[in-house]
Amino acid sequence: MRRRTFLLAGMLAPLWVGAAASRPLTIAAFPSVDAILKAARPRWHRNPSVPDLSVISREYVDHHTAMVTAIATRSHLPDLMAIEASFLGRFVGSGAFEDLSKPPYNGQAYRERFAPYAFAQAINRHGKLVAIPTDIAPGALFYRSDLFERAGVAVSEATRTWEAFLDAGSRIQERTGAHLLSHARDLKDVMVRCGLRSGEGLYLDRQGRSLLQSPRFQMAFTLAREMRRKKLDANISAWSSEWTESLRRGTVATQMMGSWFAGHLANWLAPKTAGQWRSAPLPAGGQAAWGGTYYAIPRDAMNKALAWELLKLMTLDREMQIAAFRSQDAFPALRDAYSDGFFEQPIAFLGGQAARVQWRNSAAAIPAFPVHKLDPIAAEIVDTALDEVLIDNRSIDSALKEANELLERRAARLSDFPEH
Amino acid sequence: MNRSREKSVLVRSRSMAATPYLFLAPFMVIFLVFGFAPILFSLMMAFLQWDPVEGLGAMRFVGLSNFDFTLHDAWFWKSLGNTLWLAIASGVPQHVVALPLAYFIHRVLRRSRSVVVGAYFVPYITSTVAIAIMSMALFSTDYGLINELIRAVARWPVIGALLPPAGIDWLGSAQGLKPAIAIVVFWRFVGFNTVLYLAALQGIPEEIFEASYLDGAGSGQRFWFIALPLLRPAIVFGVTLSVIGGLQLFEEPFILTGGHGGPAHAGMTTAMYMYRTAFEFNDVGAASAISWLLFLLVGTLVIGAYRWLKPVDTESRSS
Repeated sequence: MRRRTFLLAGMLAPLWVGAAASRPLTIAAFPSVDAILKAARPRWHRNPSVPDLSVISREYVDHHTAMVTAIATRSHLPDLMAIEASFLGRFVGSGAFEDLSKPPYNGQAYRERFAPYAFAQAINRHGKLVAIPTDIAPGALFYRSDLFERAGVAVSEATRTWEAFLDAGSRIQERTGAHLLSHARDLKDVMVRCGLRSGEGLYLDRQGRSLLQSPRFQMAFTLAREMRRKKLDANISAWSSEWTESLRRGTVATQMMGSWFAGHLANWLAPKTAGQWRSAPLPAGGQAAWGGTYYAIPRDAMNKALAWELLKLMTLDREMQIAAFRSQDAFPALRDAYSDGFFEQPIAFLGGQAARVQWRNSAAAIPAFPVHKLDPIAAEIVDTALDEVLIDNRSIDSALKEANELLERRAARLSDFPEH
Repeated sequence: MNRSREKSVLVRSRSMAATPYLFLAPFMVIFLVFGFAPILFSLMMAFLQWDPVEGLGAMRFVGLSNFDFTLHDAWFWKSLGNTLWLAIASGVPQHVVALPLAYFIHRVLRRSRSVVVGAYFVPYITSTVAIAIMSMALFSTDYGLINELIRAVARWPVIGALLPPAGIDWLGSAQGLKPAIAIVVFWRFVGFNTVLYLAALQGIPEEIFEASYLDGAGSGQRFWFIALPLLRPAIVFGVTLSVIGGLQLFEEPFILTGGHGGPAHAGMTTAMYMYRTAFEFNDVGAASAISWLLFLLVGTLVIGAYRWLKPVDTESRSS
């Protein structure tokens, strides 16, 4: 009996070893990032000894929910995980990822090669480098040049200050009937980001104290309310069917978004409006980002060494970064890629404008701000407070005071949880 | 020989005694793993603080802190207010419409009954996601059919003065969102309640209706004084289901508001807030506390509804 068992084990052992060696490297990602990873296969396999890549793709929100579950249960963890910038705060303070600043990674050595704000956001308050950025989304003001021309408004004049922006909106509406923005919330979102000082948190400071009663939010709420009172916004939420139609029909003159928005407009949102859109820097010299993607290695990943090699290929390889930019509008986080000729090329959809140069300049100027795990809920608290101001005519002071209390209560609950 | 026969009889009687348990075992195992264990885990979690991103080892006992946080949370109370509003606005009309509708179908329709009942029942068996997506198109401010209808009616002389000429911002305003959700929920469940009451009406002996007819009772009197009192057990059952379903309302508002509760959280129900607290805000302890508080509320209201509507025990009253 015993002899038979040994014989069977001996026969199966090579199979087990072989299976372990050929186990593919698993990467969990979401749409667009998955396509970039799949396109990286030929480059990855230039080294014949590496295993195949298994890209597990889920919808954007489902992916992050699945990753939280995987981390919580320590099961089905990928070797490499893509994290969208808005979810970074949720993960950056946890101890679930490898500290990429430590050996054998020594990720801090690559810091200067990335857009400064993007790299800084992946470092938690204890100095741990949790992820490395692969793409970023410098913000821009996309505007309908035909509407601006009909209204006799020069974009340089309209973007001089926020007040000038609203004045331009009044003129555009008067002469073309188009709204300036789809929703006053967009104005608030940009203003709270543009008013950031480097190192300052978006909603909470480094000690976890709420910043919602700071002048930054007061100003943003005041201008958003003014915009609504002047009926300069269409009161349409982004990504709704009304919003899509407004972009197609030219009933909204501007949209502030990340650089990727040009690709979305051209490919599916409003392809028939080709040549009518342009890109300009955000009003009042503001700089802000809309999204971005990071790669992180889970602490309990099976194949960390190879995951790091793939991470380096995806983030530090100029050729890969440019390929992703060309195919998926994934603006490179790697500064080495910024000298590529692709940046200077005119964009047909934007009437031949070389807008990538403008976005490149913005990427360098976006202030770095630390992310916090309460950022998503803080954003919702602020949005709800603004809704009460815009819809129920609540006073800004009272709405921000209550929002501040809500956020402080959440922050107090977290204070017992030490960040890793 | 006798001993071995005794042994086999003993074994057989034991296996006979175990047979019911063996038949029960598949259900019990599935229930314990997927029903009882999660309930127990949720109860345990209500007294722990846990951020899933920190891993299983990060759970910490915090006593009643999650309940204290929830009971002093403005968003919890707002979600509860929304839930009660929606439960009443969508629940009460379901029964007010379903009862006479079922009576009408039962007394008047003959050959077309199955078709009519089927038509009313279709929304109940249709995917909630499909319903909500279709509703989003119907309720669209600029391009929706409902606003098209309102705009058309608004041109009429008298009734038009009562309607907004530009249509209603159903999903983009706090005032329009709740009625929109209530309409969808009402439309979805009115058919179910109609079938429920129709089945109950079919159990009422025809002789009672015939006798009342001979006594000179009109159609309305027969509905009010005969059908309604005799339908009381079915009404108790229907209302109980509506209370439970109304207070656990999740799918319709979740899809219609894009999962965020809509403007100023006007469409965020307690079940939605519980889900979001756990899976978006990563506060599993508070989410568990919300679920148990909601359970207590559902239980209390169901008992209250039962006591209010329970059938009168005529025998005990006469004795």
